[in-house]
Amino acid sequence: MELSDTSNRDAANGLGGYLLKHLREYGLLLALIAIMAFFQVVTDGTLLKAVNITNLFLQNSYIIIMALGMLVVIVAGHIDLSVGSVMGFVGALAAVMIVEWSLPVGLTIPACLIMGILIGAWHGYWVAYWKIPSFIVTLSGMLVFRGLSLWLLEGQSVGPFPKSFQLLSTGFIPDVFGIGRPNGTALAAGAIAAILIVWLGLKARARNAKYGIEGEPMPFFVIRNAIVAGALLFVCYKLAAFRGLPNVLVSMVVLTVIYAFITENTTLGRRIYALGGNEKAAKLSGIKTERLTFLAFVNMGMLAALAGLIFAARLNTATPKAGFAVELDVIAAVFIGGASMSGGVGKIVGAVVGAFIMGVMNNGMSIMGIGIDYQQVIKGLVLLAAVFFDVYNKSKQG
Amino acid sequence: MSALLEMRAITKTFPGVKALDNVNLTVKEGEIHALVGENGAGKSTLMKVLSGVYPAGSYDGEIHYDGALAQFGGIADSEKRGIIIIHQELALVPLLSIAENIFLGNEQAASGIINWRETFLRTEDLLKKVGLSEAPTTLIDSIGVGKQQLVEIAKALSKDVRLLILDEPTAALSESDSQALLDLMLELKAQGVTSIIISHKLNEVRRVADTVTVIRDGGTVSTMDARTEDITEDRIVRDMVGRDMAHRYPARTRRAGDMLMQVSDWNVWHPEHQDRQMIRDVNLDVRAGEVVGIAGLMGAGRTELAMSVFGRAYGRNISGEVRMHGKPADVSTIDRAIAAGLAYVTEDRKSLGLILEETIQRNITLANLRDVSAHGVINEAEESKVAETYRGAMNIRTPSVFQKVMNLSGGNQQKVVLSKWLFAGPEVLILDEPTRGIDVGAKFEIYNIINDLSAQGKGVIMISSEMPELLGMCDRIYVMNEGALVGELTAEEASQERIMSLIVTE
Repeated sequence: MELSDTSNRDAANGLGGYLLKHLREYGLLLALIAIMAFFQVVTDGTLLKAVNITNLFLQNSYIIIMALGMLVVIVAGHIDLSVGSVMGFVGALAAVMIVEWSLPVGLTIPACLIMGILIGAWHGYWVAYWKIPSFIVTLSGMLVFRGLSLWLLEGQSVGPFPKSFQLLSTGFIPDVFGIGRPNGTALAAGAIAAILIVWLGLKARARNAKYGIEGEPMPFFVIRNAIVAGALLFVCYKLAAFRGLPNVLVSMVVLTVIYAFITENTTLGRRIYALGGNEKAAKLSGIKTERLTFLAFVNMGMLAALAGLIFAARLNTATPKAGFAVELDVIAAVFIGGASMSGGVGKIVGAVVGAFIMGVMNNGMSIMGIGIDYQQVIKGLVLLAAVFFDVYNKSKQG
Repeated sequence: MSALLEMRAITKTFPGVKALDNVNLTVKEGEIHALVGENGAGKSTLMKVLSGVYPAGSYDGEIHYDGALAQFGGIADSEKRGIIIIHQELALVPLLSIAENIFLGNEQAASGIINWRETFLRTEDLLKKVGLSEAPTTLIDSIGVGKQQLVEIAKALSKDVRLLILDEPTAALSESDSQALLDLMLELKAQGVTSIIISHKLNEVRRVADTVTVIRDGGTVSTMDARTEDITEDRIVRDMVGRDMAHRYPARTRRAGDMLMQVSDWNVWHPEHQDRQMIRDVNLDVRAGEVVGIAGLMGAGRTELAMSVFGRAYGRNISGEVRMHGKPADVSTIDRAIAAGLAYVTEDRKSLGLILEETIQRNITLANLRDVSAHGVINEAEESKVAETYRGAMNIRTPSVFQKVMNLSGGNQQKVVLSKWLFAGPEVLILDEPTRGIDVGAKFEIYNIINDLSAQGKGVIMISSEMPELLGMCDRIYVMNEGALVGELTAEEASQERIMSLIVTE
């Protein structure tokens, strides 16, 4: 009998064995902490200043939002190279609609999201129903929508936007408690979120114990939750000291929670993992693989459109260069977060942490005054290192 | 006539299996020698030993070739000595030309620069020899399998072949292409080429072979000389089959109940080659509690039949009707077929049956997530309970249901696939080679599971290339050949000889 009994071995090795098995998950979190600590030191504490933390979220929100959709696409076994161009195109469309055609913001935003959905459907149609490799379809989309935004903007920057549109990105949630500074809403939200995470974690542990499912050892659970809850409280405290919770942070968190729930707890999510893990087996299990692939791209298009709106709102102008090469940052974030190129593997939380790692590095290196040339080199090497870590880990376990 | 090849007492063991046990094979210079035996009897293994795929030292026994002891370290060694194998799956590159394929790895070149004139001239010469009238620049992709087979032979001739080995050369060929190929073999023989032909088609064997060696269960059973004695197909069949079958199968009580599923006038065409009909006018039925077998050789169309019925997972232009409990059933897509009460357990569990990177639990619930979820949200606790139930019932040997299935042995993987389909709650299970690649103990467990299923009133269709397995397990056996059912035998009537003769007499 050639049974592998890794879990027996783990039991024998106790905590060390458990850590080894879940090295990737903890490693990612530890890497983020280490990188933040590093830049905190070398930037003389600028990184974690209230204003900079706020900036970090504002700067990276559109990457994180697109990483959610990209994770789904990559888990399904595909790739989307067009997101940078689509994001730029939708931003341009919004600018033309609002600034040149004077259409109301309330109409423009849904129209732009629908445009994103249609673009995603266009890509998904070719990939899902004609089996054209997603690399080619979305490479084509990348060129097409870059060209269309140039055409739409006639090569010019279009702006500025009215206040109501800018709020999408630069607005803050008002202080419902009327304290002002520190912002009461931010503090309360941080506290509630921290309590919620710990409570949900404990509930899941209790349920696992009831069904005899082996879970995370208690020390790890305590340490991990302490770090996460502590970080949450710290960030919210810092944000409160500046202007409170940015609107965009709220939408980002809500989206992350929704996508994490869908991918981990629903039949839809399960089927996407199955599709990416083994498309033929999934199909023979009665899963409508074509439709799922199609929907993954539709979803990606919608999120790219949302990212385009947020990006345009932040810059207060739409430029023909908006979103240029952003797809690479998004894809890198997903792979740093532990997704597999061959599909079927990856987590939403991983992709978000991956995006933060990229974001913190961008931000920290800019504060340090490192040139864009070295920044690119370093980011590239970090991507390779993260994926190498995955591959190495796997070969050692296998 | 002197012997060109003598394989003496060849024994080859794989971990846990003795694939060849003291096999002797003597091939005389200038003859056509036929090697016959059931699937898995050891013919291909023997040829791999001969050609050096299994290098000298990895087997016991001696190979004497052309009067001297031969110890081949790899295919290149045996090819250098003029031993060339043409495998069942052709080794041609579809998007290269005939000429490029013939000289692949043996290019007519000087210091790395190909001499195209020489290449084309020699190709034309070789094509004339094998009787193929195609331009050397024609792409392999654009000619049929029969002609591709001829290109393979031309390729062999380009290497100064002395011993040509053809593994099931006519399996995929039409009648006229087969005849052409056999004629070519006789012609090559006249030119002094010695050949070994592996074939299931006894009429072809009788037509070309000078000597016939029968292999069974990894050993030589008999060698017959067509020049001195009369070789009948009956005699070959008797030697090919016939082994002790007692106690390898659990006892089963037969209980055919009401009619469960009927397939009528089922026709299927090849998904890519639209003019190739894969399934021809098939009619079959299964009753509640019945285990029905489908016997046939590889390539007979059994898997194609099963998959086309299971939600058109194979083929195109499918016509025919499926009835469940006497009423027409919608099996036009896989999820509808599952809803209609069908399940198909694939022969290729690794690439079609399992998601290897996922856990046992997630594989088991995949075809029926509805029963472990509410409003699209999965209840993981409920899911674990289901997985644990099947782990116990099917005796899946694993420390936990959170183990990835790629870490399981073949037998346990097969139990996971079976669990998945049982959880989907089918009325009729189609099991395609359910015991392929698993050890004897696990086989017996699978047989017990099949008997339990039929005791619960489910209908089972069992496709297997192992005839003893069908005879030991089935209440009724359909015999399939070249896409059509050529016979139906009850358990009492059925024997390996009768099945074999239904297949080979056409």
